Amino acid sequence: MTDLSTTYLGRRLKNPLVVSPSPLCQDIGRIREMEDAGAAAVVLHSLFEEQISVESALLDRHLSGGVDSFPEALTYFPDLHEYNLGPDAYLEHVRKAKAAVGIPIIASLNGVSTGGWIRYAQLIEEAGADALELNIYYVPTDPAKSGAEVEEQYVHLVEDVRAHVRIPLAVKVGHHFTAFAHLARRLKAAGADALVLFNRFYQPDLDIETLEVVPTLTLSNSYEMLLRLTWVAILYRKLDVDLAITGGVHTSKDALKAMMAGANVAMLTSALLKRGIGYLGEVRSGMIDWMEAHEYESIAQMRGSMSQAQVANPSAYERGNYLRVLSSYALT
Amino acid sequence: MKRSMVTIDGNEAAARVAYQLSEVVAIYPITPSSPMGEWADEWAAARRTNLWGTVPTVVEMQSEGGAAGALHGALQCGALGTTFTASQGLLLMIPNMYKIAGELTPVVIHVAARSLAVQALSIFGDHSDVMATRQTGFAMLASCSVQEAQDLALVAHAATLEARVPFLHFFDGFRTSHEVDKIEALEPEDVRALLPDALVHQHRARALSPDRPFVRGTAQNPDVYFQGREASNSAYLACPGIVERVMDRFAAQVGRRYHLFDYHGAPNAERVVVLMGSGVGAAEEAVDALVAKGEKVGVLTVRLYRPFAADRLLAALPATVRALAVLDRTKEPGAGGEPLYLDVVAALAEDADGGAPRFARLPRVIGGRYGLSSKEFTPAMVKAVLDELAAKAPKRHFTVGITDDVTHTSLACDPAFTTEDKDTVRALFYGLGADGTVGANKNSIKIIGEGTPLWAQGFFVYDSKKSGSVTVSHLRFGPRPIRSTYLVSRATFVACHQFSFLERLDVLEAAEPGATFLLNAPHGPDQVWDHLPRAVQRQIIEKKLRFHVIDAIKVAEQAGLGRRINSVMQTCFFALSGVLPREEAITAIKDAIKKTYGRRGEQVVQMNFTAVDNTLEALHEVRVPAQAAGTIDRRPPVPAGAPDFVQRVTAEIIAGRGDLLPVSAFPLDGTYPSGTARWERRNIALEIPVWDEAICIQCGKCVLECPHAVIRAKVVEPARLEGAPSTFKSAPARWREFKDRRYMLQVSPEDCTGCGICVEACPVKNKTAVKLKAINMRPQEPLRDAEQANWDFFLALPDPDRAALSLGAVKDVQLLCPLFEFSGACAGCGETPYLKLLSQLFGDRTVVANATGCSSIYGGNLPTTPWTANADGRGPAWSNSLFEDNAEFGLGMRLALDQARAQARALLARLRDTLGNELVDGLLGADQATETGIAAQRARVAILTTRLKGVPGVEAAALLTGADALVDKLVWIVGGDGWAYDIGYGGLDHVLASGRNVNILVLDTEVYSNTGGQASKATPRGAVAKFAAGGRPAAKKDLGAMAMAYGNVYVAAVAMGADDAQTVKAFLEAAAHDGPSLIIAYSHCIAHGYDLVHGLDQQKAAVKSGYWPLYRYDPARAQGAMQLDAKAPSLPLTDFTNNETRYRMLVHADPAAAAKLAAEAQGDVDRRWKRYEHLAELGADAADTAGTAGATGAAGSAKEEGAP
Repeated sequence: MTDLSTTYLGRRLKNPLVVSPSPLCQDIGRIREMEDAGAAAVVLHSLFEEQISVESALLDRHLSGGVDSFPEALTYFPDLHEYNLGPDAYLEHVRKAKAAVGIPIIASLNGVSTGGWIRYAQLIEEAGADALELNIYYVPTDPAKSGAEVEEQYVHLVEDVRAHVRIPLAVKVGHHFTAFAHLARRLKAAGADALVLFNRFYQPDLDIETLEVVPTLTLSNSYEMLLRLTWVAILYRKLDVDLAITGGVHTSKDALKAMMAGANVAMLTSALLKRGIGYLGEVRSGMIDWMEAHEYESIAQMRGSMSQAQVANPSAYERGNYLRVLSSYALT
Repeated sequence: MKRSMVTIDGNEAAARVAYQLSEVVAIYPITPSSPMGEWADEWAAARRTNLWGTVPTVVEMQSEGGAAGALHGALQCGALGTTFTASQGLLLMIPNMYKIAGELTPVVIHVAARSLAVQALSIFGDHSDVMATRQTGFAMLASCSVQEAQDLALVAHAATLEARVPFLHFFDGFRTSHEVDKIEALEPEDVRALLPDALVHQHRARALSPDRPFVRGTAQNPDVYFQGREASNSAYLACPGIVERVMDRFAAQVGRRYHLFDYHGAPNAERVVVLMGSGVGAAEEAVDALVAKGEKVGVLTVRLYRPFAADRLLAALPATVRALAVLDRTKEPGAGGEPLYLDVVAALAEDADGGAPRFARLPRVIGGRYGLSSKEFTPAMVKAVLDELAAKAPKRHFTVGITDDVTHTSLACDPAFTTEDKDTVRALFYGLGADGTVGANKNSIKIIGEGTPLWAQGFFVYDSKKSGSVTVSHLRFGPRPIRSTYLVSRATFVACHQFSFLERLDVLEAAEPGATFLLNAPHGPDQVWDHLPRAVQRQIIEKKLRFHVIDAIKVAEQAGLGRRINSVMQTCFFALSGVLPREEAITAIKDAIKKTYGRRGEQVVQMNFTAVDNTLEALHEVRVPAQAAGTIDRRPPVPAGAPDFVQRVTAEIIAGRGDLLPVSAFPLDGTYPSGTARWERRNIALEIPVWDEAICIQCGKCVLECPHAVIRAKVVEPARLEGAPSTFKSAPARWREFKDRRYMLQVSPEDCTGCGICVEACPVKNKTAVKLKAINMRPQEPLRDAEQANWDFFLALPDPDRAALSLGAVKDVQLLCPLFEFSGACAGCGETPYLKLLSQLFGDRTVVANATGCSSIYGGNLPTTPWTANADGRGPAWSNSLFEDNAEFGLGMRLALDQARAQARALLARLRDTLGNELVDGLLGADQATETGIAAQRARVAILTTRLKGVPGVEAAALLTGADALVDKLVWIVGGDGWAYDIGYGGLDHVLASGRNVNILVLDTEVYSNTGGQASKATPRGAVAKFAAGGRPAAKKDLGAMAMAYGNVYVAAVAMGADDAQTVKAFLEAAAHDGPSLIIAYSHCIAHGYDLVHGLDQQKAAVKSGYWPLYRYDPARAQGAMQLDAKAPSLPLTDFTNNETRYRMLVHADPAAAAKLAAEAQGDVDRRWKRYEHLAELGADAADTAGTAGATGAAGSAKEEGAP
């Protein structure tokens, strides 16, 4: 019998298919469906510190608007006794998700301040999350800020959180780094138990009719996985850290590639948004079918088999690949 | 028993007791009593229980009449009930009050006593309202202070159950209802001790029940009615004794002793003032001061006014009394005296005529009026009254507190007489509504009142503007209880929270020598002196003030608080006043911040903490020079060149010296000139729009959407621009008709509120930097003088000929002179653009009936009015009657105008031979559907008037007087949703059914905006509002569909921000419709809870989501009455609603309820759209299908009758 089990963040998972954050994870019923469909773990949507702060400031501003200005209308709203503006709703969601399913629940946090990262990480741990994914999404726009400074910020952040929580930490980052392997090593040293590659960079579009910058959100495709695949393959065995691929995992073959590159888990979102939660089962059975057809016994067997360390031509992951692609263009 | 000390206002004090002792609370908002209902509603929403462990049912009714009716019904079925009201609201309860009293039904109505609408509306306090109910049979119990508002509320509830006589418990509006005081709170045990269960059971036993049926409320004939009326006498005779016993029980339980009449003063007093209500505090202070000087004076406080216990009143007075001055806080024109005076006179006369008179010699009695509409009542005025009593020939009927230079009733006061306690800190804070000054001061009172042994008092004065309003906080803190029920006029601490105030207000007038002066200024301690007006410098030097400065806005902005400087200035106050040790004060401030903002999230708390922490290092003492060498002068309240009345009267009110105006300054009948807002340049904008003429497409949207009519356009011949100021801008006009002329867009810098709506409305984006538009907000201060000169030049340019414009085009509408300008509405108001449009299109021939509400306040609250006239002197004639009667009021106007027109036409026909056929036929047959037609008719009327001047006879004279009626007039009936959907709906419905040619404009903000956002039947499902704290559970009433049902009513739903052309079209069609028309205008509002600069976007979202489907239902349209002007909904409703706090706060507070209501609301939207779509598809038959034959017939016939 084909063994799909893997390990991630110190836990044995029944298979490497993990659901990554999306609106689907906001509904406990959907999380149950994910477990039923074969998900090995679920990463919840992120708790955004900035959103909490902005909501708090906005509510205050609007409840205070016009207050104590006009004798007939000293206020404009009734004073409700609770606004649930802190992280309480998210923490409650963590608790409910934990109670609802048997698979590990990984919470996700996007902070803006050191204090916020630490405070919310602790609360998430107290709420019972099995692990915490630090979702670092940061676009450095200040020309005065160097790459080294940005990396330093990342490392300090992980160190700070590590110092305050005990649950395993995954760190999800983007790929815009000059020397990502080096940063990965530092993140590991700072306390990351896993690296989640990569955050997608949400690039806004321009509407030339309305002259407005418009946010875009397109679902990923398998092509996007290639970047992740490359970096997982490069990092595998170079660092003693779990690796997760997120972005572009759509098919059972994608998941298998992720494993062969060296990932511990393959995370899916867009595929489920497109095809429904039940599609997880198809991916899982597709993996088994392929492995059986190709006589693989286990994920452990294939994991990292095509990493940079294990392929015949390691340069394929480096300049060699670049040269080959260029020459193929030249030929056509 | 240890009782807690709390700092609360009178409304809360009374409401706490009333809530505990009620099962049914029927409410309706009216200032200043609204907070009592709001408290009850909030407590019920929080499931707080009453004395019997149940949560009272709090029900908002459609009017105070409705609340009284519901209360009456609840009482008849055995519930314990209450209601809260004031002023006109109390008047609407009178019919039920007679019934409730006639049936001897125990109940307490709590009243924050307020002036009545007479020559003018006033929201402020006096006894006009309660005195108008003294004949109903209700007992009347008056509280003088916040402590008493609590204590006597309990006495009233307890006494009514025993006496069976219903009680009206009242205290003075604002002075007590809104004064924050430190009081001892009653514990539930106290309340229980005063209220024997047996009395409750007896009340229940008298209830209607099919298990023991009876009838109550019969009709009686001459044979028995009279006797039946007398049958309750025994209850009234017993009532005073019952109240006394309850007061005794209260004293035994709580320790505070009250009597029906309480005397205070010299035991051998010869001169005594008699009064009730908050004035007692000032009177007692004056009496104490005079007694200390050896004068034989006293004050008698009336607590139980009805039933009037004359024997107790006389017994309470010292036998030595020789003269009494009875003070009434009301006016009864034409009466022999005011009510309390007459009661006292009668008591004395009857006593003197009896067997054992109380007084050896009948005391002299004089009566006076004081304190109407919260007019200040001070110890100096009390002294003036007592002095008058000592005069040889005192004024029998006098006034005090004003200067009556017409009928000479007023007494002169000595302004130097003061009774202020030297150990009391007296502080004055001048703030802007938006800066949080009042909120911070309320917190300070709590900190001191509840955290120290000191006594504390706070009273807050607001102006009547809804944008840029000035607030003045009057605070007292001291070691002894504070009875000073008047404003601080000798301050030991003065804080000016807005630097610009120094230019227009005398903030240091009340500063005592040696006082501390704290100023928020954008200048440092070394620079600030040179930026002060010379008069301020002089005051600081002469009074030897300790002067401190802080750039509070900088501290607040750095903490992320924007311009909310409350925490910063509060920290400064504690640091400088020394009321508490600094560290202790800062801890207390932070605790208060946590309490106030904690529920709104950690972020807000932290921002305020940061502000507090950064304050002290930014606070500096200013070294005061020896000389006032400043070069800046205070600006005059109005510019030179303002008309005489504005200079003499309006300017004084603007300058805050209205109290000093004598009676002779005022008209006899409440009639005031139009067009005065233009003289009140409030200068409140921090930024103003600046025109980029190079890229402007001259569409006129900014002009149309500007809520304050401060951005205007004109098109003139180039030659007209000769002599223009150097910075005056113009561009070639982009009109085919005006090819060679110049177009200009000009802003009035000192009238602009800086709301930014115009910039949002601008559709143009700069091709090199898309963030720039054809108008952009820029700091006002550097532009102010130049733009003011440009504005003055612009105003002098001629308006275009109306006949040359296409009124249906937004582009042309911008060139119509607005006759509604510079109102004090909220910055970014969603209502006023509609009124401005109305004034542009029809203002020169319109009479406006305006329901009470926001629009009547920004439309007609002194000192100025935005309604104005054009260059010909024509403009909207405006009047406000009441809240509930506006449709009827407008209908009456229509009837009068129609009658006058019919009369003029009849006279014309009769004078045909004299006037000539051509003129008469022209006048009778005039087509006035167009601007050209109207101009031609006016020209004919001018000829007629000239001809008539030479014609003798009664008919010619009558026609000369009424000739103007030959020019068609429009009646616009204007009001908010509270009026149209709720309190005035009955009348509105009747007026629609009348078929008469009136135009009704409903400015639908979906809440009672003017009284602070209470739910109306226009409030949408799922929105949180006061009285709908859990989100309104019912769908918004479809007023338009109800009006359509008549079949002959023109109905339009408009949202100018979503489709301005449709709005203009609807206004024109409504005016042209020969019958009733109804426009329901979506009006974004501060009570929706978002930055109103996004109001236009929200209107678009409202339409796009189908929440506000635009339509025009024109019964005369051949191709079908219903015309949908919006596309099918294409936006989920929540994309619209979630932008607004009124919805989002429920999403935060109760996500499940919010989701359920949102789903239901989406269903409402979908269903309504389908209904409308169906109606539109019905084509030509739609009108018949939608209408009811009976209603159409009735309306039709009424109209025929009305046709002249």
